[in-house]
Amino acid sequence: MSSTTPTRTTATGGTDAAADLEAVPLRHWGRWVAAGIVALFTASFLLSLARNPNMEWDVVGDYLFRDFVIKGVGITVMLTVVAMVIGTVGGAVVAVMRLSSNPVLRGLSWFYTWFFRGTPLLVQIIFWGFLAALYQQIEIGVPFTDVTFASFDTNAVVGPMTAAILALSLNEVAYAAEIVRGGIASVDDGQDDAASALGMTKGQTMRTITLPQAMRVIVPPMGNETVTMLKSTALVSVIGGRDLLTAVQSVYAQNYQVIPLLVVAVIWYLALTSLLSIGQYFVEKKYGKGHGNASMSRRWLGRGDTR
Amino acid sequence: MTAVPVAGATETPAATAMVEAVGVRKSFGRTEVLKGIDLTVRPGEVTCLVGPSGSGKSTFLRCINHLETIDSGRLSVNGHLVGYRQRGDRLYELKPAEVAAKRRDIGMVFQRFNLFPHMTALQNIMHAPVLVRGESRKAARQQAEQLLERVGLAGREHHYPSQLSGGQQQRVAIARALAMQPPLMLFDEPTSALDPELVGEVLDVMKGLARDGMTMVVVTHEMGFAREVGDSVYFMDDGVVVESGTPTEILENPRHERTRAFLSKVL
Repeated sequence: MSSTTPTRTTATGGTDAAADLEAVPLRHWGRWVAAGIVALFTASFLLSLARNPNMEWDVVGDYLFRDFVIKGVGITVMLTVVAMVIGTVGGAVVAVMRLSSNPVLRGLSWFYTWFFRGTPLLVQIIFWGFLAALYQQIEIGVPFTDVTFASFDTNAVVGPMTAAILALSLNEVAYAAEIVRGGIASVDDGQDDAASALGMTKGQTMRTITLPQAMRVIVPPMGNETVTMLKSTALVSVIGGRDLLTAVQSVYAQNYQVIPLLVVAVIWYLALTSLLSIGQYFVEKKYGKGHGNASMSRRWLGRGDTR
Repeated sequence: MTAVPVAGATETPAATAMVEAVGVRKSFGRTEVLKGIDLTVRPGEVTCLVGPSGSGKSTFLRCINHLETIDSGRLSVNGHLVGYRQRGDRLYELKPAEVAAKRRDIGMVFQRFNLFPHMTALQNIMHAPVLVRGESRKAARQQAEQLLERVGLAGREHHYPSQLSGGQQQRVAIARALAMQPPLMLFDEPTSALDPELVGEVLDVMKGLARDGMTMVVVTHEMGFAREVGDSVYFMDDGVVVESGTPTEILENPRHERTRAFLSKVL
């Protein structure tokens, strides 16, 4: 004990002087310089936009909240929501089929994904839009017999709106299926063992154990899918889908205010995608439950490593 | 073998066996991992499976509740085949839902705990009773609280697995298995993934279960536990039961060279 006493004294003596020492974190002067340069260029660019007479900001302001624009925004949002809901539910079904032990289901889901991911969305949209050129009548009955339960005129059933929804949803199902499949595969096999050992059926395990955990891996890319979908709705303008882009196109086709009307569309698209990003943050937080704030830190550290 | 006497267990040994394995064989591809296992566990008995890794003991344990299929032989729990239906001299595998129903009566604890990470300790324990047995949430919750107290974790109801130590997680896992009130509990190396200082708390819970008369099959490397709590010990190597008997017979006076070689490494 006697030997520790002098050491302690020196230690305390040292602490008095050391207590005044301030630890300064590394200073990033380069970042300030870079920020200054970027600010300069951004300001100059924004100014050039603001002063560019071709932008016709007064026209932009005039059209931003017009009825036909708001209606277009509504249809764009509706298309996004409907396509994502059908896409996500269908994607989960196709993913579960793909992971099934039943070879028929596996084959079907493989073929589905192969076909819908292998052709451009724009082509699929046009295809659905011109479905009547392929089948004038849609009949539901027993294959290879004359038994028919119902028959429809294609043009009456599949209008531009239905065609747009069909094209966007069926395409999304294929992409969502791959994302859900990856999410399910990311869940530890031990979870399945534990659930089985408790007497849970496959369906109960999938619904209450596997999928909720897979959500952590599924949600971030599905958020991206939603943003992509919102923008993809613009493609339905080729079959007259009455979405936001179609709405502004039909007006600038008459008054030639192409740039200001496109700016109106850009502002709305940006506002909507920003809203989606905020929503995504909260959804991710919800499904990160039981994992500390791993989900959030991953978000700040970058999306690359979602496992 | 010294079976703990259980009230009313006076029938013939074959009828009272909790687990009865006769000539159980199992291959993964071309590798035969179980080469004809015979084993009998009577109600209230604690049976320890020991042996080197890769000897097939964990695989055999997983066959008992049909997490693994078997290729031939007969494996019954409480007098009923697990996962199969016998017709003539053939076993036909049951449908998944039928297997699930049979598994309710066999609790299992895993090496890596396998708690559900998105649920709190309480939710982990309540989940199967509510979902599988259709108990009311209130009753399941009450039972879960009692079980948490029994494994010494009262007050941790609302902790997520990630907020618990390994030993605590394993005790929650034991409580979760007990919540289904199974007459048989399987333990697959329950302390192998734990830090040394946490092994004791899990073994204590298991000893308590054994004292209460629970029938247990335990794959373990804890020879002290096998000696203290085990009614019988099976030494397995390379897919066969090399020898079996009371802990004293196997651990103190092994007759086979392979058993001696193994014990000299772990004791």
